Amino acid sequence: MSEQQRKQPRKSEAIDEEIETETVDTSRKDQLDDDVDAILDDIDAVLEENAEEFVRGFVQKGGQ
Amino acid sequence: MTVHRIQGSEIEYGIVVTGQPDANPVLASSRVVNAYASAQHLARRARWDFEEETPLCDARGFSIGRQTAEPGMLTNEETSMANVILTNGARLYVDHAHPEYSSPEVTSPLDVVRWEKAGELLMARAANHASHLDAGTPTAGDIVLYKNNVDNKGASYGAHENYLVQRDIPFRDLVAQLTPFFVSRQIVCGAGRVGRLADGSEAAFQISQRADYIETEVALETTVRRPIINTRDEPHADATLFRRLHVIIGDANMCETSIFMKHATTSLMLHAIETLSAPAPLVLRDPVRAVHAISHDPTLRQLVELDDGRHMTALDIQWQLFESMKAMVAAADTEADSQTEFALDRWEHLLTCLGSDPESCFGQIDWVTKLHLLNRYRDRDSLAWHDPTLQMIDLQYHDIRSERGVFNKLTQTGRVESLVTREAIEDAVTHPPTDTRAYFRGMCMNKFGHGVAAASWDSIIFDVPGRDSLLRIPTSDPHRGTREHVGRLFDDNDTIESFVAALTTA
Repeated sequence: MSEQQRKQPRKSEAIDEEIETETVDTSRKDQLDDDVDAILDDIDAVLEENAEEFVRGFVQKGGQ
Repeated sequence: MTVHRIQGSEIEYGIVVTGQPDANPVLASSRVVNAYASAQHLARRARWDFEEETPLCDARGFSIGRQTAEPGMLTNEETSMANVILTNGARLYVDHAHPEYSSPEVTSPLDVVRWEKAGELLMARAANHASHLDAGTPTAGDIVLYKNNVDNKGASYGAHENYLVQRDIPFRDLVAQLTPFFVSRQIVCGAGRVGRLADGSEAAFQISQRADYIETEVALETTVRRPIINTRDEPHADATLFRRLHVIIGDANMCETSIFMKHATTSLMLHAIETLSAPAPLVLRDPVRAVHAISHDPTLRQLVELDDGRHMTALDIQWQLFESMKAMVAAADTEADSQTEFALDRWEHLLTCLGSDPESCFGQIDWVTKLHLLNRYRDRDSLAWHDPTLQMIDLQYHDIRSERGVFNKLTQTGRVESLVTREAIEDAVTHPPTDTRAYFRGMCMNKFGHGVAAASWDSIIFDVPGRDSLLRIPTSDPHRGTREHVGRLFDDNDTIESFVAALTTA
């Protein structure tokens, strides 16, 4: 397959256009706790109400 | 040396019917699949064509009899279970007791991210349709889907990767090279789990969802005695040229960067193995125990023993593999393509951060993201690891609903890395990739779905008005059937009769 792939220069150009990374700014590291803490209330609001019962009731059949 | 190759992913989703703990999961999964089909107004439901399926064929060169197979291995039995072939080339169906989305074949890790994320969108919509359709009936109850791998009661379900690999590589070489890689890569692409042991009875956080369900080094089974390396040899391509590596050790990821890295690093390893340029592999003394031990230590200090008596951490192993791959890419005659370069940059960045300050991988690596969130909760509310709230957050991290899913909520922090635009993902819900045979399959469903009697990875079977017999078009080469190859046939023909005539005389 290696040969086939080397013969596809056009493809990598097309892919250059595809990567649209919204890079994470690691210099804001010291603010990470603040950013996450700021959303805890939002998460509280959507968490299933009776966590204990919900977690106990989450029973799945095995798969592959 | 490249991350490009034919690949794809298969995700079995956890399923809950709200307020009905005793709901039949097979029935609920069928509701999801059928609701999606009816929402698409499919005039006709193409069957799955099982002719090329050989799940009992072992890559080590033998087949097992159907009588000796575990019932869970008979994945080629025609059943009445719901199945839909989608216009994006994917398959949506009921596997065991879970709805499953098998992505179309794509050629790069970035496209895996795109069509796997499209799968999350359409699965969430399917569950929503099913919940509305059946409102007021005896089976009513909102259906919620979880893109995870464990129920913390003993059951696990899979998130598998598939890679097309050259047949002429001895399988033992794949096993030797991939074992230390698969054992250690969880630090980059583990999804994180609250609970240890298969039944979750030990309260603690671990790196991988899947680790505690891995019981053996190499095996054909996927539902019991799960192996590090699965030997299912069902290439869905010319079996004299290719095998399909079916990887079952991976976790279901939410972070796009984790999905990308999982596929990109595995593709690089496979390329090195195929070109015989991989250095002699590290040999672990007990790979299965190493999978568990590494997963159980989020501080990443756990040492695992090598056959030569040395001890290494998972980070040491990953660094060594990274350095080999980087050297091989640098030594190649051709310049690396952009995804390969991106993969190497990210790999180095993530390993560096994991070694110095793991929290800086928030939004890129799932287990780090989940653990950080859990730790903020633990700090705020003084929670111990056995607190059900923490298990609830773990579970709901994988809830795929945009308004309730915790991972989806976290994207609002601006801290979660995205690699593909929302528009590209939305487009992939209904459109196939253009550079594999999935294009042909998806376009056939899109344009001539009413005339497709059955389909599979390897074939499309047409039922053409006026023809006495069904017409089976094999699609045995994943590289053919691309837009470049057959796009004009779809542009030029608006009826199935003329399309099939053009196809068979082309």
